[in-house]
Amino acid sequence: MRIIRYLGQYLQFMFEVLRKPDKGKMFRKQVFIEMDHIGLNSFGIVFIISIFMGAVLAIQTAAQTDNPLYPGYLIGFAVRESTILEFSPTIVSLILAGKVGSRIASEVGTMRVTEQIDALEIMGVNPANYLVGPKIIAASIVNPALIIVSIFLSLVGGWGSTYIADVVAPNEFLSGLQMWFVPYEIFYALIKTVVFAIIITSVSGFQGYIIKGGALDVGRASTKAVVNSSILIILFNLLLTNLLLV
Amino acid sequence: MIEARVVTKQFEGTDVIKDISAKFERGITNLIIGQSGSGKTVLMKCLVGLHEVDEGSVYFEDNNFTYMTRDQRKDLRKQMGMLFQGGALFDSLNVEQNVRFPLDLYWESPYKEKLERVNFCLEKVDLAGVNDKMPGELSGGMVKRVAIARAIALNPKFLFCDEPTSGLDPKTAKRIDKLIYDLTCEFNMTTIMNSHDMNSVLEIGYNIAFIYRGKLWWTGTKDEILESDNKELNDFIYTNEMIKRFKKKK
Repeated sequence: MRIIRYLGQYLQFMFEVLRKPDKGKMFRKQVFIEMDHIGLNSFGIVFIISIFMGAVLAIQTAAQTDNPLYPGYLIGFAVRESTILEFSPTIVSLILAGKVGSRIASEVGTMRVTEQIDALEIMGVNPANYLVGPKIIAASIVNPALIIVSIFLSLVGGWGSTYIADVVAPNEFLSGLQMWFVPYEIFYALIKTVVFAIIITSVSGFQGYIIKGGALDVGRASTKAVVNSSILIILFNLLLTNLLLV
Repeated sequence: MIEARVVTKQFEGTDVIKDISAKFERGITNLIIGQSGSGKTVLMKCLVGLHEVDEGSVYFEDNNFTYMTRDQRKDLRKQMGMLFQGGALFDSLNVEQNVRFPLDLYWESPYKEKLERVNFCLEKVDLAGVNDKMPGELSGGMVKRVAIARAIALNPKFLFCDEPTSGLDPKTAKRIDKLIYDLTCEFNMTTIMNSHDMNSVLEIGYNIAFIYRGKLWWTGTKDEILESDNKELNDFIYTNEMIKRFKKKK
């Protein structure tokens, strides 16, 4: 029963978020501000995670295929496929759910408990639309760009590990990266990323928006935002994979 | 003028305010007083539409606010200003951007004109030159004054103040009271102020509504309040030692 009520509240909230903005110019300005907050501020963590993720992926794949019958280029191929299909879009989105999601929930939640949302409402602004709408649009634009960068960095990391760990010849790894490439897989990764971006921003914004109470509840909402968006990302990952790849 | 007609609001089946009817006049400071938890803030939130009333209606100069459409309410809200208990300034914006926010929403004028209006409002609250400060850099009294500047930016007809002097020292509180009173007279606004501060009541209480356990218990003026023989009102007023001594002396 609680889940149904929660879902109903979320849908009502999204209905408000998706209304026409009260002032287009202010809304557009907010989108650019959020693109900076969500995208550029997350670049550092995406950079580090992607490089190491690719390197570890290459070493582990090599360790699992330690058989002379397996050609070396298969390692490069496996790293590319895993990175594009799963690791970059899903794992990086899960990381962003933690970083961006908790920030959004605590920002909106603090605005709720300090009556800033009420102040917006009194001024005749639709707070859900003004506060969360730009975040959804910004993340839907910036996250796919971050994922493309992440894919590239992960492959660079994998290639770099061939020098450091000496698991496969670098040129074999590189030729594996270029083999049997299906461009649709990039499209699939980007579609997933956009859906995950909408989940992260809307669920976190919702958690902050419905807060009642004080600072303790802001912390709780922040945790809930990360947990709920992570669970939804995993569920939608399965759903989208089944819809788009099978 | 603002009028509440038999307003009732429930939370989880319990009446928080019940059958409240009151008139709040233009050009004077109207005070809603009562103990913490008596329903003052709920009544104010019902008046401004932050809570939907369960029964009754709220009228803004004969227009029934309760049954207005979304767009009608938006139009009316251009004429409202509200000062919240904690100021509710937007943390990410500086003082100038905070005061300019309602102007950016509703004015199509160039930046220079908006800036002139911002500076005018800041001068009115005696805060000229603090445009670039962030809310975190301001004292409690300054936050309240910036919030008042923001509330009057659009030259509203209706001003709502939710416990504007709570958490302030008596001198700053008196300054805020005077400011609200002066602005009300100067711009001929209908001002409604929530308070449990007896200094405010005796300073600017030209029309007072006393709420007790969610009901309107007494109405009158600052001159009548000390003479009232209403037991619950007296219990509320004479918890203040100074007023108690003043009464005894009298």
